[in-house]
Amino acid sequence: MTPNTHTTHTTRTTPTLSLDLLADMLRIRRMEEKCAELYGAGKIRGFLHLYIGEEACAAGALRALVPEDSVVATYREHAHALLRGVPLRAIMAEMYGKAAGCCRGHGGSMHLFDADRHFYGGNAIVGGGLPLAVGLALADKLQGTTRVTACFFGEGAMAEGAFHEAMNLAALWQLPLLFCCENNLYAMGTALARSQSQTDLCAKAASYRVPAVKVDGMDVRAVHEATRQAAQQVRAGAGPFFVEYATYRFRAHSMFDPDLYRDKAEIEQWKQRGPIHSFTAKLKAAGELTEKTFLALDARAEAEVADAAAYADAAKLEPIEDLLKDVYTPQGTS
Amino acid sequence: MKISYREALRQALREALTCDSRVFLMGEDVGRYGGSYAVSKGFFEEFGPERIRDTPLSELGFVGAGVGAALGGLRPIVEVMTVNFSLLALDPIVNTAASLRHMSGGQFSVPLVVRMATGAGRQLAAQHSHSLENWYAHIPGIRVLAPATVGDARGMLAPALADPDPVVIFEHAQLYNLEGELPDNWHCDISHAAVRRPGTQLTLITYGGSLPKAMQAASELAGEGMDVEVIDLRVLRPLDTATIAASVRKTHRAVVVDEGWKTGSLAAEIMARLMEDCFYDLDAPLARVCSEEVPIPYAKHLEDAALPQVTKIIAVVKGLLNV
Repeated sequence: MTPNTHTTHTTRTTPTLSLDLLADMLRIRRMEEKCAELYGAGKIRGFLHLYIGEEACAAGALRALVPEDSVVATYREHAHALLRGVPLRAIMAEMYGKAAGCCRGHGGSMHLFDADRHFYGGNAIVGGGLPLAVGLALADKLQGTTRVTACFFGEGAMAEGAFHEAMNLAALWQLPLLFCCENNLYAMGTALARSQSQTDLCAKAASYRVPAVKVDGMDVRAVHEATRQAAQQVRAGAGPFFVEYATYRFRAHSMFDPDLYRDKAEIEQWKQRGPIHSFTAKLKAAGELTEKTFLALDARAEAEVADAAAYADAAKLEPIEDLLKDVYTPQGTS
Repeated sequence: MKISYREALRQALREALTCDSRVFLMGEDVGRYGGSYAVSKGFFEEFGPERIRDTPLSELGFVGAGVGAALGGLRPIVEVMTVNFSLLALDPIVNTAASLRHMSGGQFSVPLVVRMATGAGRQLAAQHSHSLENWYAHIPGIRVLAPATVGDARGMLAPALADPDPVVIFEHAQLYNLEGELPDNWHCDISHAAVRRPGTQLTLITYGGSLPKAMQAASELAGEGMDVEVIDLRVLRPLDTATIAASVRKTHRAVVVDEGWKTGSLAAEIMARLMEDCFYDLDAPLARVCSEEVPIPYAKHLEDAALPQVTKIIAVVKGLLNV
């Protein structure tokens, strides 16, 4: 992979991997649709940021990692949590604010964490995960592991000082850190060109002498292949790598956003390139997917989501007596 | 044995680096330069660049990296040059380190130690002289320490590193050259306030760089026949209310000496707690000596006038004792 170029993917995906990627995207889509419905029903509250339209990024990228790798994500992270193996029941219960949630209802939609799966959230400060990821990668390097830390962030975070400080530190110390930029073109309601003087994001990474590549974030196989190659280099000790996924969110920024800043035609254009239906069409055309298999995958995703919502609905709330329990680590537990 | 506060810090750091391979020191000019207050002088040569890690001028980045390294299994000690600069790193300390454990439902502890210089008195003016300890003491999820003696400078680091949660340590810049007797047993806890001078008529409550001033005031007052107790808070969060209240129940009068500005100060918090716990034990209104409400100025006479001083403390104490 040549740094700072737009790649065309070379297809290394096997039919099994293709179906896995499709299944992953369907699980995300059905989960997010259910979240929107539950928000409308008042079951989920607070801020809720949906990933609909961006599924190929998490699906393709996360299948390029191994379970020991660390993942740091943003407040639009339900998909990343799910695909890292956090049970959907625990994710849904978290959004319901229940004790069975992955964070016992303390975090909600924006703060999903899972220590056993090296999933470090769930950061709702834009750019906040970047310095954290630098530290995780530094710890891995100093301890001689072969772990890669993948840090997801949006293009909006690249206007934050945290991005530039993290980039400099990661490059200076040659850390095993994979920068995963989900460029959905809007930092909440502000378009990239209206917020950053340099809109070529790979050029910013390259200015820190970090190799960078831009891929079509609506093409799950391209995402997977680019991330796989980048992760391979990082794991081999070549220092950090920056991958930009050119993507788009089909829904508003959050449930409070009336979405007045985007042209309807623009949204429609991107929807034509929707990651699930375009990939489905490709697989069918290649004879790798039948309608029957597709329906079965979709039904499985639907069933998982329905089960999780029912579980969350029935789950218990954390007792108020435990309110202060985890502000500090109980003595003698670490 | 008499040693300096700086030397006590150095001994504590060297011990931590020697005894635990997970410990490393990171910050601006901690390595080749030797530390802006010479606390880590020679460590770069002794422990190498991996463990005495010079960072760019990047407080947000390297304090955040400290949080991540702590999560990743190391025991980072992050040095921030002054509390004023630490404002650039409030996000990783407050939004991440302090919140992570509770926000994640108890999954992640952050065993991070952040050390920083604080305080005025060296004519460094308004961007290097402030006392913002109370900003940090306001935050649940972290522990805040203010070693004010040679013993605490020697003893507080080990328990801070053993603490599974984030600990912020404030070293008052005026204390680095302070010489004191290192007690034979300098091992200490990081939970309790300490009575530095027993007394019966009034309690002076203070911490950090104001402790020597309070001790001096108590000594001069003793010369005039007034018996004043001095309490060193040591731990600014969580506050050891029990020790303070026990003292005030005995003396029935209290003055808080705090280099922070009066408005919203730690002094205000302590006074509020005394009102909650000791109202009926008081024989006089509570009082405080804080910094004047002004960015600390450069000119010596103005800086002196802005800060708590021994003469001011004595005047306030005498006022309460009706002398």
